[in-house]
Amino acid sequence: MTAPALEVRDLSKAFRAVQALDSVSLELHRGRVTALLGDNGAGKSTLVKCLAGIYQPDSGTISIDGAEHRISSPDVARSLGVESVHQDLSLIDTLNVAENLFLNREYTRGGWFGSRLGLLNKRRMHEECVETLARLGIAIPSPRRPVGLLSGGQRQAIAIGRAVAWGQRIVLLDEPAAALGVEQARRVLDLIRALRESNVAVLLITHNMDRVTAVCDRAVVLRRGRKTAEADVSQVTQDDLVAFITGARTTEVPARE
Amino acid sequence: MKAVRKPLRAVAGSIRLRARQGDDGGLRQYVVYLAFVSILAVFAVFLWDDGFLSGSNLLNIGRQAAPIAVMAVGMAFALGSAEIDLSVGSTVALSSLVAAVVVGDHGFLAGAVAAVATGVVVGLFNGLITVKIRIPSFLVTLGTLGIISGIARNMNNLQSMPIRDDTFSALFGAGSLGPVSSLVVWTIIVLALGHFALHHLRWGRHVLATGANRESAKASGLNTDRIRISALVASATTAAFAGVLLAGRLAIGRHDLGENDLLTVIAAVVIGGTNLFGGRASIAGAVTGAVIMAMLNNGLILMGLEVADQLIARGVIIVLAVALSMRAPEES
Repeated sequence: MTAPALEVRDLSKAFRAVQALDSVSLELHRGRVTALLGDNGAGKSTLVKCLAGIYQPDSGTISIDGAEHRISSPDVARSLGVESVHQDLSLIDTLNVAENLFLNREYTRGGWFGSRLGLLNKRRMHEECVETLARLGIAIPSPRRPVGLLSGGQRQAIAIGRAVAWGQRIVLLDEPAAALGVEQARRVLDLIRALRESNVAVLLITHNMDRVTAVCDRAVVLRRGRKTAEADVSQVTQDDLVAFITGARTTEVPARE
Repeated sequence: MKAVRKPLRAVAGSIRLRARQGDDGGLRQYVVYLAFVSILAVFAVFLWDDGFLSGSNLLNIGRQAAPIAVMAVGMAFALGSAEIDLSVGSTVALSSLVAAVVVGDHGFLAGAVAAVATGVVVGLFNGLITVKIRIPSFLVTLGTLGIISGIARNMNNLQSMPIRDDTFSALFGAGSLGPVSSLVVWTIIVLALGHFALHHLRWGRHVLATGANRESAKASGLNTDRIRISALVASATTAAFAGVLLAGRLAIGRHDLGENDLLTVIAAVVIGGTNLFGGRASIAGAVTGAVIMAMLNNGLILMGLEVADQLIARGVIIVLAVALSMRAPEES
């Protein structure tokens, strides 16, 4: 088997006295969707933020395609092909749709000088924004609309669209369908399936067991910062997953060789 | 009554519709222009006989507005990044004194460059302390305000320093380009540069992103520390340039130039549609706000109001305008 797209070994992170992550290990593989499950405060979002370069873990290693990396900032994560949607950190309300989609990846014009100066190529960004969102099936009124004026569902869709559009290798989604209606949530699941088809490794945090069985291949369960269970989704029932989450049951973490 | 109301509502509706489809959405950005036109109209009618609209009076207003407008452009970036710069007034004074000292020894160009460079240094100081020591810029620049005022007072023992350089005066204030005062020309240049930087440079977008939501901006990989420093540098630099303009117009450097301008500048910027708490800024609005402040000053004096009544009237109008620009619905 090839090296995992992303491999986490013994990752720990404490906030003062609280051990948010305690020696957690997991692997993400190309073309597979891994569910990250756990009750509130289990450490799921902390783990995703460590992988996205927002938090620095206290110990442990993160490897991408077999090579160990220190993800010291969100910029580093992006350059390694790791895209993420966080629950609480997402779009800039006062910037418009295209500006959000291209935030910190703006196209410039005017050659070398223009790129040093940061001269924006707005037309190219607007065109590509419309194209990309249409391809992903995300309907927006106009790329010039500030996202603060859009509905919660539209905003969420754009945040996901941004991660999907740029996600080359690894996409981390923290509760991506939480604010969405039924139809939009279904579209998000379609997007996740499309990512799997294009051989991207996906990590999906959700509380919705139906979504786990619908799109996930594997499930990892955290409880109080520790990994307590890991299983192939096809091998377990939803009741099993709930039992793992509540701590009623645990699995031995199978050593993968 | 009804007959009047209906077309009015239709007009309001169409404005709202246009605002909704516009680039930024919201009526907020138009409030300042509405205020400008209304105040201009009121003064034009009531002060017709006093020559409010005469060429010389309009020139007067332009001259008064120029330094405030230049400062307002920089302040719009500071506020847009969710910082504030309270030291702009004292920076004006320091810059005028630096200009006076250097012009005397090294000529007009060196003087102007040194004065503007003073602003860059002040801005870097404000920004680095704010970001590295993690003190709100409100407090840092409050301290800088005191420090710089003190330095300016010590520089020439509270005396004004004359600038005897005709080129400097002509270029930065007393001269004119055709019928247009050079002050106004400089203001237009700063306005154009600021507007361009805000809307067409990556930096401008990043300033607003940082001001709207610093944590999200960081999560997108922006170096928000550097952006916040640069916004405070922009503010101090324009303040220093305003100091050059005042020094040019008055042919002096003095410790109290710009001393009373801080609140006028902030009022101008906020009336212009910049959010006091970051994330939204308008350069054209800030400059229009500065012109409104100058018009009010001028008009209320022409009306023959006592100084005390001028202060009250100006305060009431500012509160009204700020309230309108902050409370106007973003979307109906």
